[in-house]
Order: sequence, then C-alpha cells, then structure tokens
Amino acid sequence: MTQDEHKEGFKGMANPSRYGIERVAYWLMRLSGLGLLAYFIGHIYETSNILRGRVGWNEFLELTQTTEGHIVLAIVIAMCVFHTVNGIRVMLGHGGVGVGKPARPDYPYDPASQNYRHKIGIYSAIILAAIAMMYGLAVMFGE
Amino acid sequence: MAQVSDVADNQSSQTKTLRIARYNPEKNSEKQFMEFSVPVEKWTTVLETILNVKQHQDHSVGVRYSCRQATCGSCGMIINGKPRLACFTKVSELDSDVVTVEPMNNFPIIRDLAVKFERLFDTHHKIKPYLDRDDTELESDAKEFLQSPEELEQYIQFANCIKCGLCNSACPTMATDSSFVGPQALAQAYRYVADSRDKGKDSRLKIIDESHGIWRCHFAGSCSQVCPKGVDPAMGIQLLRGYMLGFRS
Amino acid sequence: MRESTIMKIHYGTALAAVALVAVHILMRMTMNFADSLEYETVLANYKFIPYAIMLELILVLLSIHGFNGLRVILLELKQGRTYEKAVSYGCLAAMFALIAYGSRTIIMTNMGMV
Repeated sequence: MTQDEHKEGFKGMANPSRYGIERVAYWLMRLSGLGLLAYFIGHIYETSNILRGRVGWNEFLELTQTTEGHIVLAIVIAMCVFHTVNGIRVMLGHGGVGVGKPARPDYPYDPASQNYRHKIGIYSAIILAAIAMMYGLAVMFGE
Repeated sequence: MAQVSDVADNQSSQTKTLRIARYNPEKNSEKQFMEFSVPVEKWTTVLETILNVKQHQDHSVGVRYSCRQATCGSCGMIINGKPRLACFTKVSELDSDVVTVEPMNNFPIIRDLAVKFERLFDTHHKIKPYLDRDDTELESDAKEFLQSPEELEQYIQFANCIKCGLCNSACPTMATDSSFVGPQALAQAYRYVADSRDKGKDSRLKIIDESHGIWRCHFAGSCSQVCPKGVDPAMGIQLLRGYMLGFRS
Repeated sequence: MRESTIMKIHYGTALAAVALVAVHILMRMTMNFADSLEYETVLANYKFIPYAIMLELILVLLSIHGFNGLRVILLELKQGRTYEKAVSYGCLAAMFALIAYGSRTIIMTNMGMV
C-alpha cells in the first residue's frame, strides 16, 4: 500500500503568508518566471507576424496596442524588473554572498541568512518593479 | 507528571482551548479536530497542555516527546500554523486563546501528532554524516586530529541540529517534492564539508549534485525561520552551494 | 548532464539575457514608443545584422533559461521516472521548437524574405 506522505502540497508551497518577505519573494519569483515565459512565447509569435508583410504586422499591432494590451505589457515590465533584481539577489545568495558567517548561535536564534541585506534586496526588487511599471504605463498611455 | 498536575491545580491559571488534530491512517479517512479546555500559566508549554489532556481528558492522544527541553527533537508539530517544538513553545507567546496542534507536514502520520522520520533519517544518512577520511585517531600510535577555534567556528553552529524535522516541514520544496534531499540533510552536508578534519568534500558534493539535490533549494529561508536551535540551514545550504559555484574553495 | 552544470548554464543565460534585453528595451526608447513599433522601423531593426544577431542571442538565452526554469518547477511539483523524463525531454523539445520558430522570423526578415 502506498503510504500517504502528508505533503503540504501546492497550497503550502504557494502560501506566502507564514514565513515573511523571503517566502513572498520565492512565490513572486516563480509567478513572474512563469508569466515571463508565457509572455516570451507570445512575443515570439507576435513578432513573427512581420513575415506577413505590412498588412499582417499592422493587423496584429492593432490587437496589441489597446488599453488591455498596454496593461498586460506594464505587468510584464514589472515582472521582468522583479525577476531580474530578485534573481541577482538569489544568485548572489546561492553563491554564499551576503548570507552571514557561521557562528555559535545565541538565543533567540535569529537566522543570520535572513538578514537586512536580503530583505533590502527583496523590497528594492518590489519597489523598482512598481516604478518601472508606472513608467511603462506613462510611456504607453502618455503618447 | 508532577509538573502537569501542578499546572492543573494552580488556581491562578487561565483556561485556553487546545485543538488537537486526530488521525489514525489505519482507521480514519481524514484528519479531525478535537477541542479541549486546558489550564495554562505564563510558563506553560504546548507540550504540557497536550500532556494535561492525555492525563485528565483523553489518554488516547498520540504524541511523541522525551526530553522536554528542546534537545531530543521528538515533539515537532504544527502549532498555530507553523512548525515548532511543543516543549519549546510557551502558550503565552502564541498570543491566542485557541492553540491548534497538528502533525508536521511533509512527514507520513503514524497517529495524531506523531509522524514517521524514515525519510529524514534516510536523507541524513545519505550525505555521510561522519568524518570521511582513511586514517583514524583511535589507533594506539595515532595523534588526535587538531582543530583551531576558528576552524571549529566554521561548522559548530550546524552541529547543533537535533533532527527534529521542523525545517523539512517548513520547506516549500519539500511541500511538493517527495525526492528532495531536504534542508536538514543539506545543512548537515555543509557541517561535514566545512569540518577541517573531514576529507569527503568531493564525494558529498557529488551526492547532493543531482536533480532533487541541493539545486532544488531556492533560498526561501523558511527552514531557518523555524529552526529551534539556531542552525540556520539556509545559510549552510548557500555556503555549500558556494563551493559548487566556485565562490568558495 | 550534471545538475550543477545545468544550473550554471541557467545562471549564465540569465545574466547574459539581462544585459541584452536591456539593450533591446533601450532601443525601443530611443524614439516614441508607438513609432518604434512601426513596420518600417521594426523591419530596419531586423535588417541591421548586429541587432539581428542580438535578437537571436536573446532568443536562445531566454529559451534556455525559461524552459529550464519551467523544468525545475515541474520536477518539484510531481515525481516519478516517466513523468520526470517526459518533463525534461518535453521542455527540451519546446525550447528547440521556440528557438527554431523565432530564428525563422529573424533570418527570413533579415534576408528580406518578407
């Protein structure tokens, strides 16, 4: 008989509420990664319309250059900036940069790896993503 | 049991509700919660309230415990949504009138709050949790392996691991990945790799360099946030990965 | 291939793509956004060989990075020998298909086959 592993499952993995901003960043990183891959595939298809000549290109442009299209693009910009900035933070962390030094722990055992440098990195990624999105919206709607 | 009786007899104690998840995999199809009123003082631990229930209200509650001082790593469970040691968590610090206890996630349930640790011990064993070298200090003519305080500092934090499994229960990868080595074993891999007396670095790095090995850690840090001994598995894993990425030698 | 090698490629493609995508976006901003999407402008971009090479590089880098990321997420969601093989080969196939489809656009436009 297969033993029930009692895994927390997708809901537990995706739940960003219990383990601080680091878990939120983990969740946003996945979500933005999947979103960007979806956009990338769509973008490759979208740009292939150039092979249909001027008429084909303009037809497709009409579909994407709408309010909804601009909002989607603004979200993509935000995802791109967050994924980039947080990705660099995570990559540095993966190399052991900025995760603290091993030392005898003292009560109440605040983990050195969850330090302010990484928290600043995460908040910076979120803020920069928001700024980039607003800038993108201003450029696209401010024409 | 004298300690539990003292708590029950104390006139100044408050009463809180303890919700215990009840589940027997051989009899029940799903988890059910039973509620008990328990007396608590400001120093009462969650384990003491569970033992109070066992002593005075329902002796059939399944729970594993031993040392009652955060040393044996037996009483890990989900307390109000987060993995904690029941003996190390005071009811007063939870700041809630209702205390909900459930078995740890990502471990098969034996009964109620007790879970199986086979996978944790298997992965721990897999990373060779011992000094890996050809010679020994036990032979009559051999000298002891010397180590400076600075060298000791490199790994002593990670030697505090009590194998309670809280880190594996909190890990988002463990939540869905049945084959992942897990933060406990990876932190212990670092503990031995960073030990100046050990010579098994290459073989250990090879063991964890697989599709469900160290690369499935995404530095969410939940493991470190729940560790009751300050081991900081997330730090150990990243430092270990530093060796593999060439940031450390 | 060892997982560490795959992940080093994952990090490398990410860093290289960040630099090239930044140039790609900045090129859109050298003029009015709507003008930068005009047929003639886009066609000129494709026909400019260094830019076409850059687009091809972005295509390859992001395809590798994106589909490896997807592979990692899918491998963590479910396990099993058949499933894991299907995910790995499926992602590899999708990556090659996307690169081929994108390259077709870049090469044909660059060579004036529009």
